[in-house]
Amino acid sequence: MLVAGINVEAFEVLSSSEPPVSPTEVLAKDKPNDAGGSIIVTWRKSDDDVEENELVKEYLVFRSSALDGEFELIGTANKGFEKFVDGTTIDGTQYYYMVKASDRVLHSPPATSEAVSSSAQWFHSGRISMLVATVMICFLILWFIRKAKKGKELYIRPIAGLEAVDDAVGRATEMGKPIMYIPGIADMDDIQTIASVIILGRVARKAAQYETSLLVPCCRSIVMSAAQETVKEAYISAGRSDAYDADKIRYLTDDQFGYAAGVDGMMLREKPGAIFYMGTFYAESLILAETGHSTGAIQIAGTAMPSQLPFFITACDYTLIGEELFAASAYLSKEPLLLGSLKGQDMGKAIIIAILVGGVILVSLGFTKIIAWLATG
Amino acid sequence: MKKQIPLIITFIAGMVMILQFFIPHRPFSDLQQLFNTWFLIITVFAMILGLGNLFKVHTKRLQRRPKGWWYSIVLLAGFAIMFIVGMIWGPARGTPFDYLFWNVHLPMSSMMFALLAFFVASASYRAFRARTPEATLLLVSAILVMIGRVPLGNYIWDKLPLIGDWIMSYPNMAGQRAIMIGIALGIVSTSLRIILGIERTYLSGK
Repeated sequence: MLVAGINVEAFEVLSSSEPPVSPTEVLAKDKPNDAGGSIIVTWRKSDDDVEENELVKEYLVFRSSALDGEFELIGTANKGFEKFVDGTTIDGTQYYYMVKASDRVLHSPPATSEAVSSSAQWFHSGRISMLVATVMICFLILWFIRKAKKGKELYIRPIAGLEAVDDAVGRATEMGKPIMYIPGIADMDDIQTIASVIILGRVARKAAQYETSLLVPCCRSIVMSAAQETVKEAYISAGRSDAYDADKIRYLTDDQFGYAAGVDGMMLREKPGAIFYMGTFYAESLILAETGHSTGAIQIAGTAMPSQLPFFITACDYTLIGEELFAASAYLSKEPLLLGSLKGQDMGKAIIIAILVGGVILVSLGFTKIIAWLATG
Repeated sequence: MKKQIPLIITFIAGMVMILQFFIPHRPFSDLQQLFNTWFLIITVFAMILGLGNLFKVHTKRLQRRPKGWWYSIVLLAGFAIMFIVGMIWGPARGTPFDYLFWNVHLPMSSMMFALLAFFVASASYRAFRARTPEATLLLVSAILVMIGRVPLGNYIWDKLPLIGDWIMSYPNMAGQRAIMIGIALGIVSTSLRIILGIERTYLSGK
């Protein structure tokens, strides 16, 4: 019979007088790569668990610490599901699991698992490829640092944005205008902000040498404190401690667009000769960079946020793309140890490119196991 | 010693964070959460530093009266109003604090965000001038993606959305992934320099 185009005879709408068929192959195993306390229960769904009827509406999962003991209901899984994670186990205790199919009125006969206990693991086996890659890259970086320590001259490719830092500071000095340094809107737990504060130290030293005013509006209190210490030290090391003014490294607000408004206002009032944007930026990137552009300042940006890079490339004179932000400190300092780490980083990239090309060729030839080897859990 | 203690703390904290990524066993599995909690506590106390700085800078501005000093009055008044209203009535729904948040703070934030539309237009105007082969390629790609994403594109030619999707899924994605790989390596290198104490500008220069 058709009702509204649906064959209602194909549906068993209400509970039948018979209980549903039991699920089969109930297996319980310790959840791998965890801190313990979890067991995964799987089963093959009941023969009555099909799209066309409602004979099975859910699966009931029971647990007991003895096969002949009392089983306690610990959870349910929806129709069509074949897995349940019990996250309430005590490590070392043996458990038996029982699964029943149910139409919420009648339950199928139970299907029971073997005894199982949960445990914590000391190594995440799904992250072997990550461990190998980390060790390899760390080894390369340390090896090149060692080479640099021994005095070997290392060639580092020129980065236009970093070559322009001196010019930008010099231009601001010649124009008698301040330099503005914006360290992004993230806090100090973000590696980009740490990289930004490190670069700030280098820029502050040049600003101190040229006796140019440096403005650092901050979006986070901790960043402000770190920036104040970094700039102060840079001024001291440049022999210009008298020129250091803590009020120029100021906190504005934690609010994203409040910060953008505050920085825009400072740009329009102070008319800086050079503006640096280094760190983590989101939607405020273009608001800041376009306002900076309208002031006529030379602008250098650097971020590892791929979504914001096009905005900076469009609005700024130079942009440090991704890794160049992290290379900036070493590049500007010209210290052999730091340059050694850059060289190691480049070698790591060369190896990853080789693995990518090799992987594409192997997968194209049908050797798909490499995908599983390189996957991370 | 003033520099050695922070370096030791950095080294231990860095190594523990690396280990907890590979060791799911307790106590390592709980360390990231623990460190995040510590960081939040420090952040809350650091807010006092930020507020202190804000007051100091703007009080000085009121005393010295430089160009635009009246903006400091607006800032301090805004801060005082929100602080007092929040302390008296609390931040719950329906309170004056809640009213000011939804009817003053949020519209101003939205207004700043809305400015982005105009800045995108002005930036696009400069970026899309076909002066070089690269800029021309950018212009053509941008036009194809933009037209492909609006109904007009489908109306002109039903393959245009597919071309737009292809540009986003292949050349654009490949470029983004290349940048992401570089970023990951840069993070490893920077982290290693900091953990091993090679990079110590953030502490106090070389």
